Amino acid sequence: MKTQEKVLDVKGLRVSFFTDEGEVPAVDDIDFYVREGEVLGIVGESGCGKSVTSLSVMGLIPNPPGKIIGGEIKLNGEELTTASEKRMRQIRGNEVAMIFQEPMTSLNPLFTIGSQLMDAMLIHKMGNKKQAKQRSIEMLKLVGLPRAEEMMSDYPHQLSGGMRQRVMIAMAMVCNPRLLIADEPTTALDVTIQAQILKLMRDLNEKMNTAIMMITHDLGVVAETCERIVVMYAGKVVETGPAVEIFKDPQHPYTRGLIQSVPDMRYKKQRLYSIPGNVPKPGSIKQGCRFADRCEFAFDRCRQEDPPLYKTAEGHSTRCFLFDEKEETVHDNRNTVKS
Amino acid sequence: MKMLQYIIRRLLQLIPVLLGMTFIVFLIIRAIPGDPALVILGQQATEDAVAALRESLGLDNPWYVQYFQYLGNLMTGDLGESIRTRTPVNEEIWPYLATTFELSFFAIVIAVIVGVNAGIISAWFQNSWFDYTAMVLALVGVSMPIFWLGLMMQYQFSLQWDWFPTTGRENVRDPVNAITNLYLLDTLIQGRFDQFVVVLKHLVMPGIALATIPMAIIARMTRSSMLEVMKSDYIRTARAKGEKMFWVVYKHSLKNAVIPVLTVIGLQTGLLLGGAILTETIFGLPGVGRYIYEGISSRDYPVIQSGILIVAFIFVMINLIVDILYSIIDPRIRYN
Repeated sequence: MKTQEKVLDVKGLRVSFFTDEGEVPAVDDIDFYVREGEVLGIVGESGCGKSVTSLSVMGLIPNPPGKIIGGEIKLNGEELTTASEKRMRQIRGNEVAMIFQEPMTSLNPLFTIGSQLMDAMLIHKMGNKKQAKQRSIEMLKLVGLPRAEEMMSDYPHQLSGGMRQRVMIAMAMVCNPRLLIADEPTTALDVTIQAQILKLMRDLNEKMNTAIMMITHDLGVVAETCERIVVMYAGKVVETGPAVEIFKDPQHPYTRGLIQSVPDMRYKKQRLYSIPGNVPKPGSIKQGCRFADRCEFAFDRCRQEDPPLYKTAEGHSTRCFLFDEKEETVHDNRNTVKS
Repeated sequence: MKMLQYIIRRLLQLIPVLLGMTFIVFLIIRAIPGDPALVILGQQATEDAVAALRESLGLDNPWYVQYFQYLGNLMTGDLGESIRTRTPVNEEIWPYLATTFELSFFAIVIAVIVGVNAGIISAWFQNSWFDYTAMVLALVGVSMPIFWLGLMMQYQFSLQWDWFPTTGRENVRDPVNAITNLYLLDTLIQGRFDQFVVVLKHLVMPGIALATIPMAIIARMTRSSMLEVMKSDYIRTARAKGEKMFWVVYKHSLKNAVIPVLTVIGLQTGLLLGGAILTETIFGLPGVGRYIYEGISSRDYPVIQSGILIVAFIFVMINLIVDILYSIIDPRIRYN
């Protein structure tokens, strides 16, 4: 049962890293929200600020050098950017849980699976040891791990990568969080295992009605799991909308590039498309659209002004001057984009 | 079961190591110029007298005969008889060993408690004033000559402020009634708490002097190991669970960071036993270092051999214990 209620609402979030070379903005004024029980995909290349965004929600930005310098993060209406460390501790692992890219290194090698699973429940005082143990075994079964009871006393090195990621998911779900942040949960896994993990996450999303914020650079993952997508580029949201629509009608040239660079079985002989150039170093572009240098449709205005988000359809918006209705000169160009 | 097998195998491996030790020490001390008989009788002794003494000490036999005699005695637990004092080394050596044990134990406890915690807190609050102060102090500690530190402490804390006694193990006017020769233990067994305090006071300064270098090394090692671990993914996981920073540091991180630190602690403990000689000399403690030193200056072969053998044995045992601790802490370490 999906409602319109927003579990997470991020507005104008700005995160900068303060290094010896000065301030480096990693996330620059981004807005997005996650509705209850929804799966939101945040897509972008490495270094576009996806992980920084997710760590900001958790309050785990390494500080120093990182710092949230503006905006708000509202979880069920509660402001997190100004919350105390104590309050953040109560939220972490309880209301918001997170799983990470590297299942091989994300579990502590010196503690048993059981003790790591039980931790979250014991930390948040959601039961005594016996209850925590029972709940942990239940969760292991729920994520599809056989012989759950025995696994409680296993150590991480005795499990495979896929099993460990299942354990990570079980661990995140122990306290039944309202929001699960998954930072590249399948990147480090074999393709067959990837599909299983994604299916598992979808199932859990449906069964437990946990909203998921899926962070990935892999459009396949997004296509398979997400209802809505936020495309990020160089610390900014460049396009956002329902997944179906974005795959059908990608608007921002960057989104188009991303979709084109996915191998397609039908055109095996063709050389795979790749977006020219590289992701700009954070903070290196001071003026204009950050994608302008790599964009084949860029014109003068793109290099001078930073485009705002243009609403192009219900729930679909794009940060590109090609969608500025007043921008008469580009109508031809836009048609090329759309064709 | 696997662990027991491992321990037994390691103990068996000790035999060739210790045999090699006895052989090398035996040869080296005989290669040093000097004759125990001459040392005992003095420069004016007649040749006949020297020859007679050599014969009675068994020194006229070829070296290999002497070596195998020594080995044979060793097998029965007989360390031989001191040439100088004519008492069996077995009887003589224990009080010296006990002195060193007590001092080294005291020192390593200080070094571990202070060093490990200083390292942890430095890593936790990296680049804070505590971190900087602790690491500068650790650098000073490593570079500090023990004899200088010992003398300075004696000057300040004994002569100027009279907090601690300068030298010795006990109040000579009220000597401890030795049972185990570990005076802290002896005084407790006898319920002499007043004496216990006196013995403890005697230990403080030499203990700190001896602890300084290991403490500094342990602190630096703990800090770098902790910094490494605290950057790892599983620590982020622990924080993402909502764990308190204190437990993230002292539970999730420390257990992982402690392994390289354990190695250092093991090595340093071994070094303390042999290296306590400077401290023992400055603070007038009759320790095993001094016992061996006296043996060397009078060419007292059995004393030197036994002393070095025992110290080497303890060193090897400590490292065995460290290896066993690894497997208890880290389930990934398998013993094959």
